[in-house]
Amino acid sequence: MFEPVIGIEVHAQLKTESKLFCSCSARFGASPNSNTCPVCLGLPGTLPVLNKKAFEYGIRTALAFNCKVAEISGFDRKNYFYPDLPKNYQITQQASPVGVNGYLDVVIDDETRRIRIKRVHLEEDAGKSIHEGGDITGAVFSLEDYNRAGVPLLEIVSEPDIRSPKEAYEYLSMLRRTLLYLGVSDCKMEEGSLRCDVNISVRPKGSDSFGTLVELKNLNSFRAVERSLEYEVKRQSELASENKEIIRETRHWDEEGQTTVGMRRKGLAEDYRFFPDPDLPRLIIGESWIEKVRSDLPELPGERKARFIRDYELPEYDASLLTDTQQLADYFEEAAKEYGHAKTVSNWIMGELLRLMNVTGIGIESVKIRPCDLVAMLKMIDKGTISGKIAKTVFEEMFTQGKSPGDIVKEKGLVQIADEDELTKIVDLVIQDNQKVVEQVKAGKDRAIGFLVGQVMKETKGRANPQMVNELLRQRLAGEN
Amino acid sequence: MRLSKEDIKRISDLARIELNEEDESLFAEQMSGILRIVNKLDKVDTSGMDQMVTPTGFTNVLREDIALPSLDPKEALFNAADREGAFFKVPRIIEVD
Ligand SMILES: [Zn+2]
Repeated sequence: MFEPVIGIEVHAQLKTESKLFCSCSARFGASPNSNTCPVCLGLPGTLPVLNKKAFEYGIRTALAFNCKVAEISGFDRKNYFYPDLPKNYQITQQASPVGVNGYLDVVIDDETRRIRIKRVHLEEDAGKSIHEGGDITGAVFSLEDYNRAGVPLLEIVSEPDIRSPKEAYEYLSMLRRTLLYLGVSDCKMEEGSLRCDVNISVRPKGSDSFGTLVELKNLNSFRAVERSLEYEVKRQSELASENKEIIRETRHWDEEGQTTVGMRRKGLAEDYRFFPDPDLPRLIIGESWIEKVRSDLPELPGERKARFIRDYELPEYDASLLTDTQQLADYFEEAAKEYGHAKTVSNWIMGELLRLMNVTGIGIESVKIRPCDLVAMLKMIDKGTISGKIAKTVFEEMFTQGKSPGDIVKEKGLVQIADEDELTKIVDLVIQDNQKVVEQVKAGKDRAIGFLVGQVMKETKGRANPQMVNELLRQRLAGEN
Repeated sequence: MRLSKEDIKRISDLARIELNEEDESLFAEQMSGILRIVNKLDKVDTSGMDQMVTPTGFTNVLREDIALPSLDPKEALFNAADREGAFFKVPRIIEVD
């Protein structure tokens, strides 16, 4: 039996206004080369100056991942030639990353797994190449857009602590959730603001040796990470069990074929010749700076989930789902505080709200129902103004129109009929029209009364108070005897 | 320390500078001489001294995160050897086998 040994490198674009070392806009989607300047184009004689917010985001993330923040941090040059890199070196943090030796706890099947984080460091992104004539192998020319060159990136490198494709998926989900809670990145894989590289080897289960490392690329979703790892675990385990050689290489995930394909290997080993960037003075991160950033940390997803279980007595499943995003958790919490009975609020959010959000593709930030509207609706159910069944209709109307539940109930005439005289009239009418069933009930077939209740509900379009209808029917039928 | 012709070849490959054999011999000689001079620094006693990364002695030089206008793409592309639309156009990237 073989077990996989997996490590993951994540690159997250930081959500700053400007680039890491110049004042060009860092926004995605501008027209080609319109966000460039002499600094990010690598023109001679320019001087990079570090973006304070980006650096503090680095400290913030390092703290959130339980890292030790460097006392002295700095930037190094990584030298290599590639057209998307105008300076012919990338400014990164090789020798003194902002954070080291952290961890992230991931819950899998009710079990907490601690994945160690080796380092968190800042670096600049490269530009974007468009290969004319299809892919890189067939292209004659490449077109370069340097808008992305110099955009701040945070690299988060795990130790090889991940032991299954599913664990890799959960690690990435939790990492992404944490970055979103921190507000440091948009984490949009489709826009490339979150990217991941994975390395995997296999070894006999229980062994503490390491096998030959294979790097996986072209992973455009967390699902792609999981699938490609499943494929690689199988491929490598088969090779290993037949005592065949596993080649150290980079493999491309082919989404269509659901396989990994080995890429051509370079003849020369990379030699990046790292050295400290003399243009960038070092950073002395004192205790007071760290404490200031620490005091600004939000409640993180794991903490918030634990608090929901503790304070609102929610099941783990509910707490996990509700803390998926900060906005959803805020939404729940606002409603739960106002209403009191948290589980009822949770049921409506996890049931109706998430269902409607899924169907319409609307995110929580654009949902028209305010938490106070949800509470108002729940109180209407409690008071008997509307039935639980009608409430679902009201909720849908609230979702599509954004009106208050009171207005919808009034407009649509959905108020529950709990007026005895009014209900009695309808009950009598139903009794008159369904004499056969009435006979059955009188003959002792108690279940048949359900049919009569149903008829009353039908007459009132679901607006009758079912309990009252039941009582009234029994009264009238008993009285007829 | 003496640099061999192989060292020079490796360095010129990394720097993407094409040298002929004559150049390689010449630069091996010249660069060995440069290294001999620089190596004298090894004799200086630096124990107890901090590493100096920048000569300025500055630390924590930071700017606020404010976006300012960039170059006009026309200006950005002014010195480009080749262009297409608002893109820099470069020869295709050849993977080394
Ligand atoms: Zn710039």
